[in-house]
Amino acid sequence: MKETDFKDNSTLELFKKSGGNILLSSVDALIDWGRSNSIWPLTFATACCGIEMMATGASRHDFSRFGIEVYRASPRQADVIVVAGTIVNKMAPVLKRLYDQMSEPKYVIAMGACAVSGGPFYYNSYHVVRGVDHVIPVDVYVPGCPPRPEALLYGIMQLQRKIKLETIANPRKSPNT
Amino acid sequence: MDNTTLKEKVLSLVPGAEFLENKQYITFIIPVEKMHDLARNLKNEPEFNFDYLFCLSGVDMVKYLEIVYHLESTTHRHELVLKVRTADRENPAVDTVCDIWKTADFHEREVYDLLGIKFNHHPDMRRIFLDDDWKGHPLRKDYIDEVNIVEL
Repeated sequence: MKETDFKDNSTLELFKKSGGNILLSSVDALIDWGRSNSIWPLTFATACCGIEMMATGASRHDFSRFGIEVYRASPRQADVIVVAGTIVNKMAPVLKRLYDQMSEPKYVIAMGACAVSGGPFYYNSYHVVRGVDHVIPVDVYVPGCPPRPEALLYGIMQLQRKIKLETIANPRKSPNT
Repeated sequence: MDNTTLKEKVLSLVPGAEFLENKQYITFIIPVEKMHDLARNLKNEPEFNFDYLFCLSGVDMVKYLEIVYHLESTTHRHELVLKVRTADRENPAVDTVCDIWKTADFHEREVYDLLGIKFNHHPDMRRIFLDDDWKGHPLRKDYIDEVNIVEL
């Protein structure tokens, strides 16, 4: 799908263009520019999507071109958690805890079929969480099994679009804080 | 030791063993009560020297439960598969082999966790993956989970 065909959140973008406080919107533009170009992901991968996520970070695709820059090993230094892989019932509380430990503003990308909906393989079983949105709120869904690095890059760029719409007059709050 | 002599030697050790044809490895079905003695012999006899249990798994075959032991000798480079069957689904139990191969400790706990086969004389017979208060054994064919599993 071409970026121009993707109109889901362009209404918001148009709305923001149409007006607002002049002083605030300049500050917003600066803050959003900074935030959206330095989203650092958490080192968190539970399955094969993790390999694809590593490939996205490695030299050929290199998502530090977009300011995603570097994986942080601590949730306290991370801005985005890319849920790459199946989440089982035993992992769900761990994921929730990692998410809770991240500092605001925090974002979640559900990468791959398992994180989006439980996956194509083991969804009908005793141990799989059917979609990570049962545990934490998700900003961007990237379908695929696993998604190619280009797909993850596209998802990250959609997240950047979302971040660029934020305003300090109405700061983003995660649902559970 | 080549496969033919290995087969004959095992048969002479356990006359009641049943040989299975056309398998990747030399495969025997061993009577439950003879398994532990045979395992000890295979480990300790220098001509066998099966010092490596590279897999221990459980299978639910509906009519019976089965435990499969994959053995290898790191000195002689020969391999052997032993199977043990238990028809009792309510209270299945076989002797542990973790006094012979230490690696069997966690493998047997896994089999107990997912299939509910008890291992006699095991030093630490409790669940390894699932929570301690979990009801049932999820890899059993007759396991029912109305909340999570949709029967197709």
